Amino acid sequence: MCGVCGCSEGETRVEHETAVQAPPREADPPGSACCEASSMRADEESDTRLVKVEQDILSKNNHIAAHNRSHFAKAGVLALNLVSSPGAGKTTLLVKSLEELSNRLPCAVIEGDQETSADADRIRATGAPALQVNTGRGCHLDADMVHRAFHHLPLEDGVLFIENVGNLVCPAGFDLGEAHKVVIASVTEGEDKPLKYPNMFAAASLMLVSKVDLLPHLDFDVNALIANARRINPGIAVIKVSATTNEGLDRWLQWIDAARAMAVAAR
Amino acid sequence: MHEMALCQGMIGLIEDQRELQDFAVVRRVVVEIGALGHVDPDALAFAFDVVAADSIAAEAALEIREIPGRGWCMDCSESIDVPRRGEGCPKCGSFMLIMEQGEEMRLKELEVA
Repeated sequence: MCGVCGCSEGETRVEHETAVQAPPREADPPGSACCEASSMRADEESDTRLVKVEQDILSKNNHIAAHNRSHFAKAGVLALNLVSSPGAGKTTLLVKSLEELSNRLPCAVIEGDQETSADADRIRATGAPALQVNTGRGCHLDADMVHRAFHHLPLEDGVLFIENVGNLVCPAGFDLGEAHKVVIASVTEGEDKPLKYPNMFAAASLMLVSKVDLLPHLDFDVNALIANARRINPGIAVIKVSATTNEGLDRWLQWIDAARAMAVAAR
Repeated sequence: MHEMALCQGMIGLIEDQRELQDFAVVRRVVVEIGALGHVDPDALAFAFDVVAADSIAAEAALEIREIPGRGWCMDCSESIDVPRRGEGCPKCGSFMLIMEQGEEMRLKELEVA
């Protein structure tokens, strides 16, 4: 505070609990800061002040995600965010799931890829509406992309599958408003994937172990993969699936039904 | 490189603050980053230089404060240090942990003029 006029330059308040500290001056000599015109643009060092912000860097994304979540709830939509590394079999599994689900439940898909509409084309071939989002240089979908895409997909009382960009790092941090993240780990990857990319496995409710029809040909320890996932996330559910032999597909569809029932009950 | 997107988010928040706080230049940006999150501090610093270049924070120094991992061990029934994910409780080895701290990505404060 200025010793002469008592003004409290800098002591404004910011939204969300934030107090702004006055600049840390040694002593406020009378008339030093505000009362002398020259000091208004005085020495830059003494002019600095601290602004408390205390906001999550992703607060804008999280805000839109919360909006999406309430939108999905009102529409009776279960939104699932499917994440995996490239090539784990997300799209193939999704095509299989849609073939089984879409004759009894409205389904729609948001497809995230850096480029091309190849995946959305594969989904549309099942008859389910799909919208491709190309992220360009981006390595993940964000809540705003999903918000914009969902407005083009009329869906009520059904399931929205959001197939994220194939990437086990970046999509972990971006809430899209989904009910659950579902991580897909294929048996042609390493058993230590959950330990290498812990954030994604920590954020997921369910791990689908895909391509299990290949197990007889591989030196792959499924139990080690599951144990590693539970070292990161003790509560993660696990279902082993194959889009080739349909093994485990019924259990995956039952999981979706249960998740949907919970989403509807909590509406 | 989601650090680029994070930096764009930071610049957005800083621009919001400029509206509210009326400052001309940002000298220092302080962020808190959890040690167990998915943000690499070096990548964040690199991305910040790139993203901030044409912004009000072009001249700002980025200060990254790391928040160590903490969790609740359900077997020990106490709060423990979690230096790394997947290694369990340092006391009993259990993996039944509930994370309490270490995933932050927070814009803490700005030094402005």
